[in-house]
Amino acid sequence: MNEESEETMVNTTQDVAWQQTQSEAEAHLAKRRLTEKIAFGVLWAAGAVAVLVLIAVVGYVLLEGAQVIDWAFLTTRPKGGLSGEGGMSTTIVATIYLVGLTILIAAPLGVGAGIYLVEYAGEMQGTSGWQAHLISVIRFGVETLAGVPSIIFGLFGYALFVTTMKFGFSMIAAALSGACLVLPVIIRTTEEALLTVPRPYREGSLALGATQWQTNWRVVLPAAMPGIITGVVLSVGRIVSETAVFYVTLGGSYYMPPSPILHFRDFLTSGGRTMALHLYYLANDTAAFDKAMGTGAVLVVSIILINLAINYLSHRLNQSMRGEA
Amino acid sequence: MTGSEIKLETQNFDLYYGNFQALDDISLQIPANQVTAIIGPSGCGKSTFLRAFNRMNDLIPGVHTDGEISMEGENIFNMDVVALRRRVGMVFQRPNPFPKSIYDNVTYGPRVNGLRDRDKLDEIAERSLRGAALWDEVKDDLGKSGLALSGGQQQRLCIARALAVEPDVILMDEPASALDPIATLRIEELIRELKEDYTIVIVTHNMQQAGRVSDYTAFFYTDESRTGILVEFDNTKKIFTNPSDQRTEDYITGRFG
Ligand SMILES: Nc1ncnc2c1ncn2[C@@H]1O[C@H](COP(=O)(O)OP(=O)(O)OP(=O)(O)O)[C@@H](O)[C@H]1O
Ligand SMILES: [Mg+2]
Repeated sequence: MNEESEETMVNTTQDVAWQQTQSEAEAHLAKRRLTEKIAFGVLWAAGAVAVLVLIAVVGYVLLEGAQVIDWAFLTTRPKGGLSGEGGMSTTIVATIYLVGLTILIAAPLGVGAGIYLVEYAGEMQGTSGWQAHLISVIRFGVETLAGVPSIIFGLFGYALFVTTMKFGFSMIAAALSGACLVLPVIIRTTEEALLTVPRPYREGSLALGATQWQTNWRVVLPAAMPGIITGVVLSVGRIVSETAVFYVTLGGSYYMPPSPILHFRDFLTSGGRTMALHLYYLANDTAAFDKAMGTGAVLVVSIILINLAINYLSHRLNQSMRGEA
Repeated sequence: MTGSEIKLETQNFDLYYGNFQALDDISLQIPANQVTAIIGPSGCGKSTFLRAFNRMNDLIPGVHTDGEISMEGENIFNMDVVALRRRVGMVFQRPNPFPKSIYDNVTYGPRVNGLRDRDKLDEIAERSLRGAALWDEVKDDLGKSGLALSGGQQQRLCIARALAVEPDVILMDEPASALDPIATLRIEELIRELKEDYTIVIVTHNMQQAGRVSDYTAFFYTDESRTGILVEFDNTKKIFTNPSDQRTEDYITGRFG
């Protein structure tokens, strides 16, 4: 065994011109090993610090919040006033309503725009020339909008929906403004999801005499669904945690918004206060630091649940796509 | 080629990808209810030519064409492309079943063409799967995902899917290249059976396969200056035993050593 391996060793040294001597090679290897260890150590430390900071923030809010959260806190409405008396029930309801209404507006628009950009005007049509330029300008715009500070959308919504269109501080003004805020997210994720759908699916469908609409509806969209849903749920998270936009479009009423099923018109024109907004008011205008923490804790838990939902959904949908479910 | 009816005909057909000419003045006639093989070195334009018949190249950026292709005398570029593709089915090189059940894969074509009747769909599913020699393997499990089948089964599923819309012509682009020898033989057997009812055009890299399954063979070629030239088109027997062009002979014998 020894003889053989020595022979191969000799052979390699002879064949490979750049090969250093044995001891040089060993020294070099030791050096590379050391670099490897240092790099690993630094990255590990960075990761550890980042995680610790996150745990500290979330843990602090949850621990502080836990002291005021009880059934009554969740089910009574805020009483207003400087002392921040009462619970947060109406803000939970308002958040859910606002999320629903915003998504109802933003999802069809955003998904539709994404489909148009990829399937009809973009990649899948092999658009070229000025049209391709137009598409890339639109893409750039969408990407830029996704990075614009949210208060810009708030001011826009205030100017257009609250004032010019005379909706006042209302669910509808807030939902329309919120829709503008999350549209770029939904468009981007839809586009990305569509681009991951293999071209052969489309060709297979078209080759069977399906129209483009049938192809999109029956093959492409189902295959892109995990990504699209992820984008929508991501937007839910954005809306739940947004304050600036709703501060200037939803007002701050802490009364229970009218039911969207029983009194749809009143619902649309009523103001309200989401959890995040409530937290902002509590922290700003009252001395109720503990209530603010309680609200914050509920908010954080909601966000965590939303993210878990994203993971679960995309995992499940991926599985069923691959035929494992 | 006397005696047989002409299904597809190309006249001085050119195709360009942007400025690049990929098919150069192709004129040939594809007889009905026969298997026509298209052979030639890689990059010579075989797939491009095949995809011209169902206008699949329309989907590619910057493609434009000259000349004419007709089916039963009608210019396909004047036909509605959806109607054309219903009559000219295609099986792709890589099996591409949809991420749906076997049943939904097979009945996809009839459904998009407006058929709703469950009994009829069931009947079509069975007939097509039998036609593609897959029925016995999947009949108890039609709800299973098409992606859960083996590669060879997936390809037969794709053939079944093409059969289900009852096209006149079936285009096959190296349908067996991703398959093992046994699955390949099954597909070849199938092709020979299918020509009773369909006109088949098949691209293949495998000379033996061309010899085994086809009645006619077109030899395409590419050199430094031109791509997508039709060197020779004739009876498969003639092409393989007594080609009239030196390049055809070189290609065929080169492959056999
Ligand atoms: N989408 C495209 N855009 C630009 N050029 C292309 C495109 N598809 C093919 N071509 C070019 O056209 C020529 C013919 O390609 P084609 O795919 O038809 O060859 P082929 O004979 O099928 O080759 P293979 O045997 O390798 O599959 C090649 O030079 C190829 O590079
Ligand atoms: Mg090819």
